[in-house]
Amino acid sequence: MTITSANEIADGQGREPALRDSAVGNDKRDLVLLVAGGLAAHALLALLGLWRDFAWPAIGLSFILLVLIGERAGRLVPVRGRGIYERTLAFGFPALVLLTWQLAGDYGLLNTTWFPQPSRIAAGLWDLTVRYDRFSGTSLLGRPWLIPEVYAADGMAGVWKLLSESHLLATVGRVLGGFILGAVPGVLLGVVMGMNQTVRLMLDTTLSAIYVLPKIAIFPIVMLMFADPFGEAPKIVVVALAVFILMAINTMAGVRGIDKVYLMAGRNYGARGWSMLRHVILPGAMPVIFAGLRIALGTAMIVIISVEFVRAKQGVGYITFYYWEVLNPEKMYAGLVVVMALGVLLTYGLQWLQRRLMPWQR
Amino acid sequence: MTSAMPAVAAPKIGARNVSKHYPTVDGVMVALEDFSLDVTEGEFVCIVGPSGCGKSTFLRMVAGLESISQGAISIRPGADAAKPLNSVVFQEYAIFPWKTLADNVAFGLQMRGIGRKERLDTARFWLDRVGLSRFADYYPHQISGGMKQRVSIVRALANDPEVLLMDEPLGALDAQTRVVIQEELLRIWEETRKTVLYITHSLDEAVLLGDRVILMSAQPGRHLATFKIDLPRPRSIATTNLPAFAEYRAAIWEKLSAEVTRAMEARP
Ligand SMILES: Nc1ncnc2c1ncn2[C@@H]1O[C@H](COP(=O)(O)OP(=O)(O)O)[C@@H](O)[C@H]1O
Ligand SMILES: [Mg+2]
Repeated sequence: MTITSANEIADGQGREPALRDSAVGNDKRDLVLLVAGGLAAHALLALLGLWRDFAWPAIGLSFILLVLIGERAGRLVPVRGRGIYERTLAFGFPALVLLTWQLAGDYGLLNTTWFPQPSRIAAGLWDLTVRYDRFSGTSLLGRPWLIPEVYAADGMAGVWKLLSESHLLATVGRVLGGFILGAVPGVLLGVVMGMNQTVRLMLDTTLSAIYVLPKIAIFPIVMLMFADPFGEAPKIVVVALAVFILMAINTMAGVRGIDKVYLMAGRNYGARGWSMLRHVILPGAMPVIFAGLRIALGTAMIVIISVEFVRAKQGVGYITFYYWEVLNPEKMYAGLVVVMALGVLLTYGLQWLQRRLMPWQR
Repeated sequence: MTSAMPAVAAPKIGARNVSKHYPTVDGVMVALEDFSLDVTEGEFVCIVGPSGCGKSTFLRMVAGLESISQGAISIRPGADAAKPLNSVVFQEYAIFPWKTLADNVAFGLQMRGIGRKERLDTARFWLDRVGLSRFADYYPHQISGGMKQRVSIVRALANDPEVLLMDEPLGALDAQTRVVIQEELLRIWEETRKTVLYITHSLDEAVLLGDRVILMSAQPGRHLATFKIDLPRPRSIATTNLPAFAEYRAAIWEKLSAEVTRAMEARP
């Protein structure tokens, strides 16, 4: 009975002692009852010929039932199996949602014109990946399978030309370019604002005001600042601006949150100026800076996708919007899938950087 | 100070009529008033006083980490100009969570531009002195409070300053750890004979460690009394069993208890 001692206590509250050590038995019984009951309810509906009419409430209730089943199953899992159990929940649930979506589409419970099944979205994604659009001279990835051929013919210039036709790389370039261009000065200004009260008082209100502006709304102004308003520069700069403001505000909070005693220790042991920044202020504010970078990455993605929606001839946001306009929802969804995958990948990259730069946090 | 004065007479730490005022919304708060103190070279001086009497404030002023409202404080430089004048052991440890223990201990040397190999050798030597060489590559969150304070102490010692300023370094530790580190401190001090200014709220600690004990009054902090402790060196925990130890302790306590009572009655 050692494994279940925690929930014995939880379950046993207000009950008689004699009932206490039957918790495992209870869980097993409940589990069987819940699974059988759920299946029986679906079968009954089907027998009465009502399943189709009540499909959505039935599916909804089944998911609630699933939570109850999962919870009981979780208590029965031995400590050694916890990892597998947790992964099953984390990946199994989204898989189940996709499967439900797929089946609901296949059986006509969904309007597949606007909500195409995952299989069709996957097919659309595949088509996007291998397709080269002759008219606009673009492709999703830049046809990497042609690289050896092109390299043999034209060398690096050819490879570069090939990759520059990629929607994905266009978006990645804008996001990363804007992110770095905004984050570095943003962190530096944040440090100055955190350390110097005068600068802080002068800038805090202004930054807070610009922070809440939707960056897409000031994009036209940013465009006007450049000789080529339709080129890459305004797109990168508007991302950089969003990241800059966020990182300045965030870093300022991080620097102000550093315990004063670390600043005193740094000074007393001879740190001044750059060495103070490098050895005390930056590492002290690092946890908050990374929390900010994570949010800034999301913001950068939102800004670049919306900019590409309205003002671009290339990019993942552009294809997403383009396929919506030409009423090809499969590929529009495929574009959204690429955006999500990109978000996950960039977040992983940031986490990797965080582990490298902050080894003291395990 | 003119060079005409004989060098022996000049104190290592000289504080002349020092006051500290904090401006607050309801007027000026006097944290320290007209406080003078001379510490000679190689002397271990303990300051005791009710909490809030301005001990930490005074120590930070000596360290140059806080401005002085009135008066003057000087630390006489030694023959070696490269040596730092002072190193502080802070009440809150203040070792950097983002550096390994070795890098923490080597920090002062690093800031003075000493090469990586040499400073890490020094750090390892000092970590070894307090039994922490095994943990050189650990981060502070992986070790206990007592170990952290040891690191904080050897960070100051590795920096080899002219004077060592310690602010209730053992205040947050449990009784056993405290005794162990007190013994370590005594052992190291007998060998190095550094000039030390040591703040504590423990009378036992003050009498055990100090050549002199300075008693301060409750807020605003003033000089109340000085006790010269003529217990034989080298000392150890066994020293606390001497009859003379108990006498010093009782004499200081008599003065201090009157002051604490006065301070508590004065409080609104
Ligand atoms: N920055 C500050 N502003 C206003 N008052 C302060 C400040 N720092 C310390 N004080 C006050 O000065 C007094 C002395 O503080 P401190 O030196 O920390 O005392 P101790 O170390 O003896 O306990 C306390 O009453 C404290 O409230
Ligand atoms: Mg204090």
